Amino acid sequence: MKIHLPNSAFLGNIDPFLRGFDPSSPDCLEITANNKWISVHPVVLSIIAALGLTLKKENIICGKFEAKSKHYLVRMGLFKILNIQSDISLVEHEPAGRFIPINQIWTSNELTRFIEEMIPLLHLEPEQAKTIGYIVSELVRNVIEHAATKNGAIICAQYYKKSNSIRIGIADTGVGIKETINQSYNTKTDLEAIQLALQPGITGTTKREGGTEQNAGAGLFFIKSIASVNRDFFVVYSGNGFYKLLKKPPSAGIRLNADPMRDRHSDDSHMPYWRGTIVGIDLSLGQTEEFSSLLNAIRKTYSTAVRERKKARYKKPRFIT
Amino acid sequence: MKHIKIFDKAGSFAENKDIAKTIRIKEIVPAIEAKEDVVLDFDKVDTATQSFIHALISDVIRKQGNDVLDCITFKACNNTIKQLINIVVEYMQNGN
Repeated sequence: MKIHLPNSAFLGNIDPFLRGFDPSSPDCLEITANNKWISVHPVVLSIIAALGLTLKKENIICGKFEAKSKHYLVRMGLFKILNIQSDISLVEHEPAGRFIPINQIWTSNELTRFIEEMIPLLHLEPEQAKTIGYIVSELVRNVIEHAATKNGAIICAQYYKKSNSIRIGIADTGVGIKETINQSYNTKTDLEAIQLALQPGITGTTKREGGTEQNAGAGLFFIKSIASVNRDFFVVYSGNGFYKLLKKPPSAGIRLNADPMRDRHSDDSHMPYWRGTIVGIDLSLGQTEEFSSLLNAIRKTYSTAVRERKKARYKKPRFIT
Repeated sequence: MKHIKIFDKAGSFAENKDIAKTIRIKEIVPAIEAKEDVVLDFDKVDTATQSFIHALISDVIRKQGNDVLDCITFKACNNTIKQLINIVVEYMQNGN
């Protein structure tokens, strides 16, 4: 496998970075980077960490990083989690950073502890903390419950002062969305599976409306709705499928759609194959909607979607002349 | 009457579905089966996830029917918790 850290890869321009990922030869990983500058979304680091954790450290070839910003990779714990040496040293203490270095989470209790410890590090307002905690809990629980991966969920996050936003990246090398959804549905492509997984009330654990006792199939829809209401980017990548919720201009009205394809988005069903699932999200803190107002909008969309699906299953009367 | 304090078990951010499941199986279901009323007390709980609320009550609604909601009271819920409970209760009834 080969992956190259470009000078810039955030959710808005992440597509070329992902298209450049070479998943062939899964027994080794070669990591290279732009020589001048590396400025990347946390999801990029989660992706590289997730890939590296599938291998023994001797099978990871890490080029010499020349970029001035290379210390960011150390600070975020990339080399530490991969257990590989780097020649990059942090000579001075970094300013108190509002970031969450790369973490690996396997269990429900680890997740609960992680959230408790994470929120104070980000110095968030209570309303913002609710939203971030919510996003992390639902996304990591998806990995724990559905991904069937021995490497757990790989997560990191970073506060960006300039945009006053938190950016979060979660990656796993599990079975992927299509395999999970196809336990109950029959999707043909990874993108089709992503489309279903983003709809409220759709879960791979059952076709029954309302889900199972432990799964409603609402988690990803809630996260996409949070991003949508806040006019932020949200990316899901699994198998060959890629979906990106695009930022909405401030003038555009906010409407929550049950079907993600009706949102302003881009998608691709021919990306390099990622075994597992990757989710990236931005959350602009200056415009974070009050969580309860957001939930009111979600409730309306959710109810309509469930009623419409129920109606679609109604038997039609047969008329003859 | 069975009074269940969610904060004591799940803390101020109620997100651990395993805890929700334990509360449902060990406390809510036995109380309902014994014809007791149940109070789910969310005092000091700042927020929860939809997944937590789903794991807490959805199966009770599905198995006992919508009328079980006459036996369950949700106490001291802030707006966020109320909205999450409303969402779960609505989709469980809409789907039936």
